[in-house]
Amino acid sequence: MLADITLAHYLTVAAILFVFGVFGIFINRKNVITILMSIELILLSVSINLVAFSAYSGDLSGQIFSLFILTVAAAEAAIGLAILVVYFRNRGSISVDDINVMKG
Amino acid sequence: MEFSQITISAALPEFILISLALVMVLIAAFAKQTETDGEGSIKLVRTLSLLGYFAAFLALFSVPDGRIVLFNELFAVNDLVIYMKGLILVGAFFASWLVSEQWGEGVDRPEFHLLVLMAVIGMLLMVSANNLISLYMALELQSLPLYVVAAMRTSSLKSSEAGLKYFLLGALSSGLLLYGASLVYGFSGSTNFEAIASSLSGGASVGMIVGMVFLLSGLAFKISAAPFHMWTPDVYEGAPTPVTALFAIVPKVAGMTLLMNVTYSAFGNITDQWMQILIALSVASMIVGATGAIMQQNIKRMLAYSSIAHMGYALAGLAAGTSEGASAVVIYMTTYVFMGAAAFGVIMTMRREGTPVEKISDLAGLSASHPLLAAAMMVVMFSMAGIPPLAGFFGKWYVFLAAVNAGLIPLAVIGVLTSVIGAFYYLRIIRLMYFEDSDAPLDDGASHQNRMILIISVGFILLFFFGIGTLSQEAVSIVSVYF
Repeated sequence: MLADITLAHYLTVAAILFVFGVFGIFINRKNVITILMSIELILLSVSINLVAFSAYSGDLSGQIFSLFILTVAAAEAAIGLAILVVYFRNRGSISVDDINVMKG
Repeated sequence: MEFSQITISAALPEFILISLALVMVLIAAFAKQTETDGEGSIKLVRTLSLLGYFAAFLALFSVPDGRIVLFNELFAVNDLVIYMKGLILVGAFFASWLVSEQWGEGVDRPEFHLLVLMAVIGMLLMVSANNLISLYMALELQSLPLYVVAAMRTSSLKSSEAGLKYFLLGALSSGLLLYGASLVYGFSGSTNFEAIASSLSGGASVGMIVGMVFLLSGLAFKISAAPFHMWTPDVYEGAPTPVTALFAIVPKVAGMTLLMNVTYSAFGNITDQWMQILIALSVASMIVGATGAIMQQNIKRMLAYSSIAHMGYALAGLAAGTSEGASAVVIYMTTYVFMGAAAFGVIMTMRREGTPVEKISDLAGLSASHPLLAAAMMVVMFSMAGIPPLAGFFGKWYVFLAAVNAGLIPLAVIGVLTSVIGAFYYLRIIRLMYFEDSDAPLDDGASHQNRMILIISVGFILLFFFGIGTLSQEAVSIVSVYF
């Protein structure tokens, strides 16, 4: 028999996803697409958090918030990919190690 | 929800700019097809956006006094918000005015002014946000166009790299902010700032504090406070110079006001908790800003570190958590806008044989070839270093005074020490301009609008001490909504 799923379970899943997302950005040395995916992971973890809180407290604004996040995430991905395409045209690579023209 | 007279007049600046943005989308879309060079439409769009900022500034005077809550409590307008909106509009006006139609560097397109206008709308909404949802939406409305304008020069590797770095780190910071917002919502049960504040009247739970830390980290990213400043030097250096001018002048004001709103209204009951975070951010920013700028060769990069340091000083006022500190931040941000406008007014005249140059060493011998420009730059640098009786001195003075009166003496001591270190690189520029020769002087002929901006902003810096008494009283009265 399974125990009931409580708010803490949802929050734990969200926290794990969030940590994966942040680590995906900092540890990843391969390419920028992975970073974009990590960003989506962070946004999804936030949505889980919001919907879980909203469902358990009976207040709807959390679910509305997560709808807004989905919309903005789409816009953000579009802009990010557009910038990435421009960058690739100039650099010929999307490896994270190659984003190093300016430093100091 | 109904649109009353008060709603319309309180949101009039935003209404004006939003309708203008819709018109400008059409102009930018159709101009491309009909004109070969598109110069006429750039001129039209630029003039329209300047008129829009001016009209929105005038519309701020029609906003009724006192605190007004709008759109189902998503936005709140008070005297501080109105003042900061005015400052943002002035800064946006300067930044757009500085860009002539012939500037090049990819900003000679109608879309540039349209994107800047949308970012400014985002900033105006951001400072009046009264709810976590409107805060996030406004913040993204400000950030997304700014990512694009940073990468506006599509043929340049540096510009697209700047855009990419800004986007990646900005998206990460939005993620941190959102995660914080979700925890704050969960532990307070509401996204409304007043409801959050009232849920905190009996102290904060651990989850709440974790959420607040994430939220403040996300905001610290937006105002480039150390240790969240990594994007600033690269973006300032890589972005086209007019875009850097915009970054240096406007978004910091909006970010700082939002930080003030969040800390004083939503988290006003747990001052002790966020004070430590702000002190840490402030100390780190002052140190990073002062030491990072010393070795820089590129003037835009140097000003990036200088803006990190400026944010550190402003945060010192905010960290005091008193009405004196908040009013000091208002004064500091006012001087910051005009110093930024003046500094970029000079930098954007720096050309050699028609091409923009941006090395600090290019300023050598400026006093011989362009005495007035050198004098203007000297005033700006002295002001940024905090030499009395210029505007920058009063900004620092009120901030440190507030920190000392709030018992944060070590913070004030670090602030004074780092401004001494900072004075080194500001004075280095003055030494270069006045005591070194150059065999290749910069081009003549600052544009008309550059001259006007320099006259206005340098005049403001020089004559600031005549108005400081009035301004400081005004600042205390407009921040009184929070105390």
